[in-house]
Amino acid sequence: MKRIEGISKLTGRERYVDDLPLEGFLWGATVRSPAARGRIKAIHFGTDIDWSQFVIVDHRDIPGPNEVAMIERDMPILAASEVRHAHEAILCLAHPDRHELRRAVASVRVEIEPEEPYLDFVAEPTQSQIQYGSDNVFKHIAVNKGDVEQALAEADVIIEGVYETGAQEHVYIEPQGMVAWEDDAGVLRLTGSLQCPYYVLNALMHGLNRTAEQVRVIQASTGGAFGGKEDYPSIIGLHTALLTLKAGCPVKMIYDRGEDLAATTKRHPSHIRHRTGFARDGRLLAQDIDIRLDAGAYVTLSPVVLSRCVIHAAGPYQCANVRINGQAVMTNRVPFGAFRGFGAPQSHFANERHMDAAARQLGIGPAELRRINLIRDGQQTATGQVINDGTDRVGLLDDALSRADYGRLREAHRAFNASNPYRRRGIGIATFHHGAGFTGSGEVDLASVVNVAGLADGRVEVQVANTEMGQGALTVLTQIAAARLGYDTNDIVIAPADTALVPNSGPTVASRTAMVVGFLIEQACDDLQAGVMQAAACDQRPVGAHLKQAIQIVVSQTEDHQPIIGSATYGKPPDVHWDEATYTGSAYGTYAWAAYVASVEVDLRTFVTTVTDFVAVQEIGTVLNEGLARGQIEGGVVQAIGWALSEECLWDEQGGMSNAQLTNYIIPTSCDVPLNIDVGFVENPYAYGAQGAKGIGELPMDGPAAAVLNAIADATGVNPTVVPMTPERLMELLVPNE
Amino acid sequence: MRVCMPTTLSDACSMLADAGTAGRVMAGGTDLLVDWPQRAHEHDDTIWIDLSRVTPLRRITCADHVLRLGALTTYWDVVQSEQAAEAFPLLKQAARVVGSLQIQTRGTWAGNIMNGSPAADGVLALMAYDTTIELRSTAGVRRVSLDTFYTGYRSTVARADEILESIVLRRHRYRIQYFEKIGTRQAQAITKVGLALTQDSADHSWRVVMNSMAPTVTRCPALEGVLSAQQPMAGPDAWLPIIDADVSPIDDLRSTSRYRRVVAARLLHSALADRCDWIGQ
Ligand SMILES: Cc1cc2nc3c(=O)[nH]c(=O)nc-3n(C[C@H](O)[C@H](O)[C@H](O)COP(=O)(O)OP(=O)(O)OC[C@H]3O[C@@H](n4cnc5c(N)ncnc54)[C@H](O)[C@@H]3O)c2cc1C
Repeated sequence: MKRIEGISKLTGRERYVDDLPLEGFLWGATVRSPAARGRIKAIHFGTDIDWSQFVIVDHRDIPGPNEVAMIERDMPILAASEVRHAHEAILCLAHPDRHELRRAVASVRVEIEPEEPYLDFVAEPTQSQIQYGSDNVFKHIAVNKGDVEQALAEADVIIEGVYETGAQEHVYIEPQGMVAWEDDAGVLRLTGSLQCPYYVLNALMHGLNRTAEQVRVIQASTGGAFGGKEDYPSIIGLHTALLTLKAGCPVKMIYDRGEDLAATTKRHPSHIRHRTGFARDGRLLAQDIDIRLDAGAYVTLSPVVLSRCVIHAAGPYQCANVRINGQAVMTNRVPFGAFRGFGAPQSHFANERHMDAAARQLGIGPAELRRINLIRDGQQTATGQVINDGTDRVGLLDDALSRADYGRLREAHRAFNASNPYRRRGIGIATFHHGAGFTGSGEVDLASVVNVAGLADGRVEVQVANTEMGQGALTVLTQIAAARLGYDTNDIVIAPADTALVPNSGPTVASRTAMVVGFLIEQACDDLQAGVMQAAACDQRPVGAHLKQAIQIVVSQTEDHQPIIGSATYGKPPDVHWDEATYTGSAYGTYAWAAYVASVEVDLRTFVTTVTDFVAVQEIGTVLNEGLARGQIEGGVVQAIGWALSEECLWDEQGGMSNAQLTNYIIPTSCDVPLNIDVGFVENPYAYGAQGAKGIGELPMDGPAAAVLNAIADATGVNPTVVPMTPERLMELLVPNE
Repeated sequence: MRVCMPTTLSDACSMLADAGTAGRVMAGGTDLLVDWPQRAHEHDDTIWIDLSRVTPLRRITCADHVLRLGALTTYWDVVQSEQAAEAFPLLKQAARVVGSLQIQTRGTWAGNIMNGSPAADGVLALMAYDTTIELRSTAGVRRVSLDTFYTGYRSTVARADEILESIVLRRHRYRIQYFEKIGTRQAQAITKVGLALTQDSADHSWRVVMNSMAPTVTRCPALEGVLSAQQPMAGPDAWLPIIDADVSPIDDLRSTSRYRRVVAARLLHSALADRCDWIGQ
């Protein structure tokens, strides 16, 4: 099936929040902290501005508690007396003329009495840098399996390594934007670019002190998100709402790229240490892993990012003795938040680079070392989850290797490298997995609800809060419902993601939409069919044209032609048990498995790495829509190549992003990625996903960085341990400064 | 802000003269409008003299060993002109690595020169040739060699009332012509290290030009001296002291001083070792 909204996006007809018709509105803007940390002493309003023309909102205008409701409530909506990071919001202004507004923002001077910021998350904080608990650690998670110390003592070889990854910006094409207004009934409506309408709704209810009936959140067409519109829309949404309430008219707030880059969340920087015991034959005996993530100034989603990071840290391998210690540390940087992969890219990067370094030291081929250790059915993950899904993970790796022509290329590269004066070719592997859906008991706690409504004309409307943001959810959810009901896809309608119209089917995150929500749609469809069967007194479950007809009849017989509703609520698959206290059990209902192979060429004159070829093979349950699935994999690989080689947030002395422009924050262009990304799918249906589907969206972000750096190691013989491995960093490895 | 749209060059010159310090010439606008509209308020008092309707300025002429680019000649115009691309191949090479196709079809060589960025890629190629620019004002025309045009970071010998009318390249025969741009990525990138080389086949004289290595795009007299003297070079590192005599690269958001020096040395060595047997391997 083709993308439902594809043509309107391609032709520019799609309307994003900035395109929505709006009259009599003001533009909103934000005044931000110039300092990393300190007390707000005074706010000076420039004398060149006629301030009577402006609506000005500060913390005193907040009807409810000055807290952005997320996992914790530590983040203020607008800083009141202290700031914890550069670009933290302090005031909001509104004015009819955007030009005047920019001038006004520039003329406000916030005077901060500075305090010592904590910016280097790897170093232990000094006494005066401590701002949270006794050590600035927001969250600590430990996994313990077997006896690591003893196994290390008995291991033939112990291999250690430290791996680091930097912050990554989402660079969704459409920056953050919101429009708010109060309707005639006094309901505060907010529409904008967002992933999770109910998250924003909760934040509005809390901060504005309103009931669920007094606020309404409607997703506008969203131009990319990647996790960057999971938590941040609550913040900009509150700001826009506060301005609207004070102004008494609609307010529109659209960030420009610079503000978006500087002020919104990014991928957590990581520092991961591995100490690993191997038998001489390559068997993993013990994995001792320390993880430190930079969480930034507020908690946001860091505890759950850390959780996913920890759970994936030991990789897709069998090892009897595993100890993982993870910490998410508070610093005076912009809060780091959700980003495709959600902690797993960091841990897979470290682990897969480490496996390669180990292979070299053990004198075992990198593919062979993985073959030896890849988890087999019946074996257990680090949290003690027994894997028993029938997927042949070694076969998956061998498939990827043969598609990449791995054996022949290794030989060819050796000959090429020996004869070329400055070009070096290499090939690298990563094998990895990604847990689909929320971690641990997350899905149970969410208790997602999905409705499907049989309409008067016989069409069926799917009512979910899950959102289309470029990934293809509209299309795939339509397909799932149509297939279940025996309907033509044209007879399926997806309701707008509007909190007044759809139930809370959970956020559009964690690669859960097609798998978890799609599965609920199937159950709701079954419920609808059962309801229709009963109401129409059919003797058989109606499908297709029969169902359509039956719905028409049933609806026409009700008073005021109310749609007939089928519903489903999440229920835990029977064999999933998770113990949050000990971090043991089924961390996820299921995992997607993957083996990626990257080929690179390094230029020893310029230290530029070019990814020349890429093979991405994965087992993702059932492939629901091949074109969209391929798109997810290719896009993820490209985004991960950017993270691996060029995307770097640079920081100024106040901890703010100093390269907050796309000129200097370097995402790959089409010339920077391989022409051909060879995508392979292996299908092994999962019993609790729609049509057998598993999550797919995040998986391709997890493996490429390690595969690419492993290829660089193969090409050049150095041991790169940091992403992004920019030409400057690679030069320092290849030509160390004496 | 005000925008003037003259249709003749002499009107443009008078308008610019009348505008005094508020006057700014606009060609393709690809430098001027960066960060627009965020920086629009800095231009409340600016009087823009938009050249786009002075159509003769678009013209490329090629005659008698001289290539003349008008003030409105774009990168793409040169790519499309077989004569220009054949006579001065480095121009075409440079044109194809400027920004993206959109920028190549809109940005002008004159704008690249007058903007004065040390990273200007068009200037890198132009300076590798014998290039003169013609500056016009109400007082008349003067000719300046591109070699001596820049006086420091974003400063030139041009006066505020002057409009660059044409760029004149005198054609020589060349034994070596070489251009390399190392940017932050393969397209849409600002140069980190740029190097252009030509050697005249008649008098064997050299032009070595670098961008993003000094406050201006610059010729490198020390390197040119070493090449003219045919001094053997033991390897890439042997170039470093000579590079240091010519340029002073800095650490910035895009790269490091050390990277720029090391890469320049390696590019020089690999480019020349292939082409000059006296260099050594
Ligand atoms: C996305 C993007 C990518 C880019 N990539 C590159 C790149 O890869 N390499 C590179 O070198 N540059 C790049 N640039 C910069 C720019 O495109 C070039 O410098 C271009 O040549 C400028 O020409 P223009 O006609 O657009 O100049 P304008 O912006 O119109 O003017 C530039 C400056 O020159 C002055 N000026 C223009 N014409 C005249 C004249 N005839 N007489 C007197 N003064 C004049 C103007 O007053 C202004 O100060 C890029 C720009 C963008 C936006």
